[in-house]
Amino acid sequence: MNFITIDKKDWTRGIDQSRNAYRVYGPVKDENGCQIKPLAPDTYPEMDAVVTVMSAKSVLFPQTEKILTATLDESKQDHHIMKPVKKDEMPRVVLGIRPYDAKAVQLVKLNFDNPDYQDPYWCAAYDATTFVGLGVTHPGPCDFSTAAGCGPFSEDGLDVLMADMDDKYLAKILTEKGEKWAAACGFDTAADVKESQALFDILRKEAEKQIQADVATDQLAKKEILDLYDAPFWEDVAFSCINCGTCTYVCPTCWCFDIQDEARHNTAVRFRNWDSCMSPLFTHHASGHNPRGTKVQRVRQRFMHKLKYFLDKYDQGIMCVGCGRCVASCPVNIDIREVCNRMNDYETTK
Amino acid sequence: MDTCIEKIRAIGADLLAKGTVEKVIGFANGSIPMATRPVAVTSPKDMDKLVFNCVCGLNLANYVSKNSLSKKEGKIAVVAKGCDARNLVTHIVENQISRDQIYIIGVPCTGMVDKRKIAALFEDEITGFEEDGDTLTITSASKTETVKKADVLRHNCGVCTHRNPPVYDVMAGDPVEEQTLDQPYEDVDQIAAMDPDARWAYFEKLTQNCIRCYACRNACPLCYCPTCFVDESGPQWVGKGQDETDVTTFHFLRAFHCAGRCTDCGACVEACPMGINVRDFTRKLNKDALELFGWEAGLDLDKRPPLDVYSPNDPNDFIK
Repeated sequence: MNFITIDKKDWTRGIDQSRNAYRVYGPVKDENGCQIKPLAPDTYPEMDAVVTVMSAKSVLFPQTEKILTATLDESKQDHHIMKPVKKDEMPRVVLGIRPYDAKAVQLVKLNFDNPDYQDPYWCAAYDATTFVGLGVTHPGPCDFSTAAGCGPFSEDGLDVLMADMDDKYLAKILTEKGEKWAAACGFDTAADVKESQALFDILRKEAEKQIQADVATDQLAKKEILDLYDAPFWEDVAFSCINCGTCTYVCPTCWCFDIQDEARHNTAVRFRNWDSCMSPLFTHHASGHNPRGTKVQRVRQRFMHKLKYFLDKYDQGIMCVGCGRCVASCPVNIDIREVCNRMNDYETTK
Repeated sequence: MDTCIEKIRAIGADLLAKGTVEKVIGFANGSIPMATRPVAVTSPKDMDKLVFNCVCGLNLANYVSKNSLSKKEGKIAVVAKGCDARNLVTHIVENQISRDQIYIIGVPCTGMVDKRKIAALFEDEITGFEEDGDTLTITSASKTETVKKADVLRHNCGVCTHRNPPVYDVMAGDPVEEQTLDQPYEDVDQIAAMDPDARWAYFEKLTQNCIRCYACRNACPLCYCPTCFVDESGPQWVGKGQDETDVTTFHFLRAFHCAGRCTDCGACVEACPMGINVRDFTRKLNKDALELFGWEAGLDLDKRPPLDVYSPNDPNDFIK
């Protein structure tokens, strides 16, 4: 654990220097706002950008990902045999992400990399990726990360955490991956550990103070699943929902996917696409039956999964890092903070 | 603007108290600046929840469709701007609901604001939003901006010529003056003037960041199909991934499904998390409907939509 300072004058040169070793991702502005994307050769991350609409989850878990392929040419011996596509193991670095996005990767990891199952594509991408976060000095009105076991200067899941000090970045190197990245950029101006940590602590406290989140999760674990499931407020929560997939797609922790096969000429490809529990198709059985056929059931599922089932199953807090993207992007302003409080406060009258 | 809210609340409370309607669907304040949420009020004492302001940009006709109304349910009152009312008319004309199932509380509207235009005035996030007549005061951690509502109107509101509901049971305010426009479809004309390659590139760029969340479709009162073509799975019609062809197929087909039906309410653009102006697709069809058939959707309960009827005067040769 050491600190370095990065003069902002050296920032772009350092990034350029690292491009031989890394594919560089960062916030990029375009017509539709700011997104985390691979940076084209002559572009640099928008470090001052406000929250990106989408999280950084797509770096490891693309919305559409080719996973298997087969030839349909029956003259070939291996026709119709699905084979893994070449995994993308190119080292990559994600610059300027918010700390909660790195914490979210750790939650997603519980699904893709656990003792029972290791997803080869996600794990390869995870191993190849270095996360360089930027502490949030001015959290916005939707940010409730401190209430979700995270925070504006959380280090969980990051390889480097930087703080913006006007003309320079003060960077805390947290892992070996982080060290390698700093070396590849040629960033090596050591800073005093004690002083730097004290500065980080001040910045963290200042930022945390600005978060006005009044979200309680302390009672959720004690609640009975079925009491919450049968709670009377779901109709009310779901009334305004239009059942789009925005909340699930902008969420850094939503990990559900769908498998699709497509064939073109003599090639078959198996894709994995993000899926959304908001869609009726998500649970549509081949028989035609749909166990979550109504909007209310689907809305309840999303919140129950994030705030109850996940918590009970993994004992790692809620499946939410408090980024507030779903709050900001929901077309009808369904606010997970309010729903969480309703669940946390709910006392059955039975 | 005089947002008529006191009148809306009084009408709503009266309707509920008398038992004329079972619930009143309107807008309530949201939990963050510039947000409102659709809400159903069932008791006169909750009527204070209702608001009407320049951020009520969704279309409430979306909350009264065949799917959401059960036959058993009594009459439902809907707070309706010009466009919401036009979509209620469209629902009735398309046999989704019957006129006697709904009670239209008409609201004369002077337009909704474009939240992205407002956000673009700031480098940080907006923390406060106040509307006082035509003046909007917006604050962030770094500054306060005062703007005129007219300068930040949504594009569809700027070109709206039906601010007053064409059909209603009661009006919550005096009608506002309707706008007259020399060139109502300037945006469409600009795209039409591009050479084909440039036009293709324009539309490719338009949908480049689409995440297929279908918020545009789901915010649209016209999209009430029990199963949308993109959700058909046996057999499947469209690829589900981010392939450009599949993404544009969704947008093209959705737009065509709205031909002669779209009221340009702007709910699709309002709902899009990526800020894609999906109206670029539907506006062209609205222009065609107007120029070829003299048709604007949702104005008349007794007229059939142009794509619903045969007319000997049809401008297309193939049909004659």
